[in-house]
Amino acid sequence: MIHSLFLINHTGDIFLEKHWKSVISRGVCDYFLEVKEKAVEPENVPPVLQTPHHYLISIYRDKLFFLSVIQTEVPPLFVIEFLHRVADTFQDYFGECSESIIKDNVVTVYELLEEMLDNGFPLATESNILKEMIKPPTILRSVVNTLTGSSNVGDKLPTGQLSNIPWRRAAVKYTNNEAYFDVIEEIDAILDKSGMTVFAEIQGVIEACTRLSGMPDLTLSFMNPRLLDDVSFHPCVRFKRWESERVLSFIPPDGNFTLMTYHVSSQNLVAIPVYVKQNISFFETGSCGRLDITIGPKQTMGKMVEGLMVTVHMPKAVLSVNLTASQGNYTYDLATKVLVWDIGKLNPQKPPNLRGTLSVQSGAPRPEENPALDIKLKIQQLAISGLKVNRLDMYGEKYKPFKGVKYMTKAGKFQVRT
Amino acid sequence: MSASSAFNDEKGGSSSVGEPEYGHDPASGGIFSSDYKRHDDLKEMLDSNKDSLKLEAMKRIVAMVARGKNASDLFPAVVKNVACKNIEVKKLVYVYLVRYAEEQQDLALLSISTFQRGLKDPNQLIRASALRVLSSIRVTIIVPIMMLAIKEAASDMSPYVRKTAAHAIPKLYSLDPEQKDQLIEVIEKLLADKTTLVAGSVVMAFEEVCPERIDLIHKNYRKLCNLLIDVEEWGQVVIINMLTRYARTQFLNPNINESLLEEGGEKTFYGSEEDEDEDDEDKDKKAEVATMAKRKPYVMDPDHRLLLRNTKPLLQSRNAAVVMAVAQLYFHLAPKAEVGVIAKALVRLLRSHSEVQYVVLQNVATMTIKRRGMFEPYLKSFYIRSTDPTQIKVLKLEVLTNLANETNISTILREFQTYIKSMDKDFVAATIQAIGRCATNIGEVRDTCLNGLVQLLSNRDELVVAESVVVIKKLLQMQPEKHSDIIKHMAKLIDNIQVPMARASILWLIGEYCEHVPKISPDVLRKMAKSFTNEEDIVKLQIINLAAKLYLTNSKQTKLLTQYVLNLAKYDQNYDIRDRARFIRQLIVPTEKSGALSKYAKKLFLALKPAPVLESPFKDRDHFQLGSLSHLLNAKAGGYQELPDWPEAAPDPSVRNVEVPEWTKCSSREKRKEKKVEKPFYSDSEGESGPTESADSESDSANGSESVSGSEVSGSGSESEESEEGSESEEEEEEEDEEKDKKKKKKELKKKPVQESESEQSSEEEEEERKHERKSKPRKSDSETESGDEEESESESSQSESDESESEAEVKKKKKAAQSKPPAKPVKTDGKKEKKEMSLLDLDDFEPAPSPQVTPVNSFLSSSLVTDLEGLSLSDSVLSPATIAPSSALKSYELLHRITGEGLSVEYCFSRQPFSPDANMVAVQIQFTNNATSDTKNLHMEDVKLQSGMRVKEFPEIELLPAGETTTAVMGIDFCDSTQAANFQLCTHTRKFFVSIQPPVGELMRPIFLTENEFKKEQGQLMGMNEITERLTLDVKCRNEHTIVQRVTTAANLSRVPCGSDKECSPPVPPPPPDHPVHRFAGRTVTSSSLVLVTVATKEEGAAQLTVNCEKMVIGTMLVKDILQALTQ
Repeated sequence: MIHSLFLINHTGDIFLEKHWKSVISRGVCDYFLEVKEKAVEPENVPPVLQTPHHYLISIYRDKLFFLSVIQTEVPPLFVIEFLHRVADTFQDYFGECSESIIKDNVVTVYELLEEMLDNGFPLATESNILKEMIKPPTILRSVVNTLTGSSNVGDKLPTGQLSNIPWRRAAVKYTNNEAYFDVIEEIDAILDKSGMTVFAEIQGVIEACTRLSGMPDLTLSFMNPRLLDDVSFHPCVRFKRWESERVLSFIPPDGNFTLMTYHVSSQNLVAIPVYVKQNISFFETGSCGRLDITIGPKQTMGKMVEGLMVTVHMPKAVLSVNLTASQGNYTYDLATKVLVWDIGKLNPQKPPNLRGTLSVQSGAPRPEENPALDIKLKIQQLAISGLKVNRLDMYGEKYKPFKGVKYMTKAGKFQVRT
Repeated sequence: MSASSAFNDEKGGSSSVGEPEYGHDPASGGIFSSDYKRHDDLKEMLDSNKDSLKLEAMKRIVAMVARGKNASDLFPAVVKNVACKNIEVKKLVYVYLVRYAEEQQDLALLSISTFQRGLKDPNQLIRASALRVLSSIRVTIIVPIMMLAIKEAASDMSPYVRKTAAHAIPKLYSLDPEQKDQLIEVIEKLLADKTTLVAGSVVMAFEEVCPERIDLIHKNYRKLCNLLIDVEEWGQVVIINMLTRYARTQFLNPNINESLLEEGGEKTFYGSEEDEDEDDEDKDKKAEVATMAKRKPYVMDPDHRLLLRNTKPLLQSRNAAVVMAVAQLYFHLAPKAEVGVIAKALVRLLRSHSEVQYVVLQNVATMTIKRRGMFEPYLKSFYIRSTDPTQIKVLKLEVLTNLANETNISTILREFQTYIKSMDKDFVAATIQAIGRCATNIGEVRDTCLNGLVQLLSNRDELVVAESVVVIKKLLQMQPEKHSDIIKHMAKLIDNIQVPMARASILWLIGEYCEHVPKISPDVLRKMAKSFTNEEDIVKLQIINLAAKLYLTNSKQTKLLTQYVLNLAKYDQNYDIRDRARFIRQLIVPTEKSGALSKYAKKLFLALKPAPVLESPFKDRDHFQLGSLSHLLNAKAGGYQELPDWPEAAPDPSVRNVEVPEWTKCSSREKRKEKKVEKPFYSDSEGESGPTESADSESDSANGSESVSGSEVSGSGSESEESEEGSESEEEEEEEDEEKDKKKKKKELKKKPVQESESEQSSEEEEEERKHERKSKPRKSDSETESGDEEESESESSQSESDESESEAEVKKKKKAAQSKPPAKPVKTDGKKEKKEMSLLDLDDFEPAPSPQVTPVNSFLSSSLVTDLEGLSLSDSVLSPATIAPSSALKSYELLHRITGEGLSVEYCFSRQPFSPDANMVAVQIQFTNNATSDTKNLHMEDVKLQSGMRVKEFPEIELLPAGETTTAVMGIDFCDSTQAANFQLCTHTRKFFVSIQPPVGELMRPIFLTENEFKKEQGQLMGMNEITERLTLDVKCRNEHTIVQRVTTAANLSRVPCGSDKECSPPVPPPPPDHPVHRFAGRTVTSSSLVLVTVATKEEGAAQLTVNCEKMVIGTMLVKDILQALTQ
């Protein structure tokens, strides 16, 4: 299946290679680099490329290309999903997934890759198992290791590998047993010029962090599970139980994981927390334009809107901006032509406003399209769909864990057309 | 680690953007020499005795390997350390070996003996990793050793080692394909492995080594289907893809019947003028198939159903590849009506990473061409955001275009209008083409689109204009005569449009259709002749072209103009233009010298040009298996396995049968074979023969339940082999069978008390009668509901073999089929007789209990028997409540008083029968009495108002209720485990009455059978908040256990848990000096199937303790109240 993996940074340097079958020359990446050169944005590089003898499947994550070389038929999503899992694992191990951090931990990375694939077929991809086989680097551990001569590599087969719950480590012990669940909802919306909703939906995810000793069996139930239209689960969730009772029953992995993602049924109207009044215009003459954006609260359910941020991808012809913000700061990146207005908390009494002039390259034709506004926001303590966790029960263990549920609403792909 | 980072720093410094490769090039100066030095000290470190030094050295070497530097000269030094005790050093040596062994085969041999030793290690991890490295080092000489090691590992105790063996198989195969036959043997062996750990890997090996040997799968098919959900996600993908191919060879096309029905619709859907010939062919084929289908109605193979059912939950996987694999399986294998379920999951994937989106959208695009309806509800999910990467935008556009139809085209076009203004010009061009395609496919909007496109001609962007002109050109070519005004409009535009490509296109159009615009065209030529010298080259060429065409059609007006243009062109700077002018002059202007060609000039220039076809690039891509690389590239990738066409006739399904233990084998397997053989005949005549035969099937199963428990086992065995209870895998069954065997006697013992306590009073005849009743009547109605189901599913999906319930019905049919063969009658009587014997036996053993039998208990008995039958994996919903005679003892509630009802009085009671159309509903039996003097007509329900989540299955309309008569009907209500009332209107032909039904909490559950041990176990899990305990003093009349049982079961629909000690509940031995008997009752709530456990522990002097364990605390609390009341009154 997956023959080789190359890690390439955004300038085109190949800084790591790993082969699971016979060695393939890194010259094969030239095809990819050529296409990458042509594509203006790295996102526009097609994920699947065909070369005379190989197929190249790549993903772009954190300014790095993960490029895998394939020789025979394989479901492309299989490879793409795996590469993302590799990137997730790096993130999980090292806190971030960047060129420098991978170079710093090249041996651990190599050991990980060795465990994750055998002959190109995924072997161990569960983070709990990998961590038992190869311990994540910490300062303390490296000190201890140098002193005692012990190693980062386990010599026992992780018990999870053999059990029916491969995602959980065995013999977990904590003094404080805690389980936290974050219900995070994202509003995906497209609003048109007049502020009407063209399309809006809510996507949610429940991120969990469990630090529980032993083999706890958890049951999470919702007050209103019927809101959930489409769901996908971490493998630990018992699907049958969900089907029959709409209850999440699972033996959790140890540590952080995504318990489920869901989509709120589209019949429900989506509450749009803010309104946006905007007026961007370019004048026919005088090579300038005007911008005026006001954001105010709409349906916030009485909560504070935070982390408000507006991003505008200006037309190429816009040279500079001269704006005044009634609240927050704005920056305009001359190279990428991106205007970012960081507002922060939304003041309901005095809706923040950004206005001023745009200067356009003289002689250039008037930009035809007004740029769309991307809005980011955050509302704490609120799940906009109204989803509520009813209760969390634990079976199988004697102790009483500390339980917590947090709600948050964010703007996902929230775009206002102008 | 520190060294490697130091190295990186150095490298990071040297590799500036301009010359990134120097850092890697070993031949480049300074770094090369420093490498040399480093190698020396590395060797030294490797030779040292200290593990920490070795480790440090290995880390640096691996860092070199990782960066693609050549470290092969260290091979001898490294290979020595293969036997190192330190596990991390060992692992790193393995990494190095795998990388370089192929290059240095001789030296690599030194390490082999270490691996061979490792293969015998007691630690499974070491065995596995030794095999892994041994099979990865690609040294041809050791092929025999590898073969041996793989064979040995394949029968290793540890499943992890067996998994590694499965991984090693393709490695060996790629090294030496001649080992194929031996390897297939190993694969065959591993395929039979029952652990989920191995399943994925061995199927992977199968796919790489011998994908053509589909016969190896037969025996493992059902096991794979059943294990699938527990296999790790990567294995799932591989298995699902393989099973898709397998199913295509083994089962019949489930859509064979509707292809005819759907065809008409499909044709109008795709305004496909372009491929009419193809369609005709298709039609012939389809007609052929359809006639075939008529002869032989399609019945889905239960194994086919098993696959569909077991893959469906995987649509909820977090892994996009798994979701896609299931989606393609459904697309290729499922009946049309069921394919829809995948749409939601695929749309969900659109939220994922852009690479995932890219692949999913490609597949969705292909699917939307064949199954447009599937994605229509999700139209808006494909709307484009300005921040999407261009490739995603274009794919979304493709999907939107495919989804466009008469009803949604206006929204789509409005959406397109915003896209046209995008800054991303490639995307704009694609949008214009999309509009063009919508216009060709949907006649209604052709004019609107054309007008829209014409407006775009004034766009400043060259690309936009060029694209629109090209699209307009294509559209006009379809019906030029209708659109002379657009051509005129475009002719006017030529004054304003400066983009040369667009000018050229317009000129071409005018030239091509000059006959439609005879007045304008010479004028255009006149204008163009004026500006000829200032035009761009492509425009000049088209001016010449136009001139030539006009000269041929309208030489009177344009002769001079043409001459003038040609003269201008003759002296043009561009040789192409000079050439063209010369060529055209020769061709069109007749001279003495001009040859034969000039005669045909008109034909040459004004030949009818075929309209270009605007069709999706994804058309017909579905001959590739969806989700595959080949599909994505639209070209066959190496190693791609074609998706076979459906077979004309299904191969023998019995090949998938698996050996089962001797004593169940004879009964179950033979039965099944019979059924399979008879299937087609009987499913045909099912309509008429249904009722009588269904009685048989009942007697059969009743047999299984009530007679010796041995037959219970075989009964369940055969049932689930029918794959009705697909979740049970065969192996499990085998194991279970054994267990059951052991439990058999226990059960027998336990059974007795139940039945006996239940049937205390009933005389033999009564018992008989009841059984008869249940046997015949309910069965009849069962088959009725069956056909009801059919109708429903037909109307829903215009296709009959789709529903889950249908497949069940099918199985039933088969059962019937098998039994209605000539010898069926004796079987039937046999069944009866046996049953009789059974009941005789029961009653002989135990004398009728002294206390009078009360009817609630009676109904309780029947329902608990029903649950017993259910326990035997009979198809659920066995009994239809419709025929249960109203029993006076069931507590009735008033729904409508006869005064308010103006003569109509209505009462309802909870019949405690499973509601067959929907197991989650509580059956409510309604009794209508017409006390008025006139007839009441058209009794029915309307305007049902429910709490969210609740559902109601209305009772069938009662057309006529004559005065003074009484009738009953049954409806089902899903109360969602709450005691909320269901409000609705009861309508007669004259009046409407608002009524509501509120269930007592005891009716929200159905009895289940638990043994005492099971009960205690379940109880143990429902402690704490879920347990409610109450002390009470029993009513004086209620101190013998019979009354306790009776009162509890009257209050709540629970079944009694047989007590461990027989004496407790066997009346013949009059209540033994009670050492305070404990009575246990069990049930499940109807909707959510939460357990409800009730314990009544009696103590001295009528004191007792009532305990209710239920996950649903509200229900538990209410139940406690109810039972408390029942017991203390």
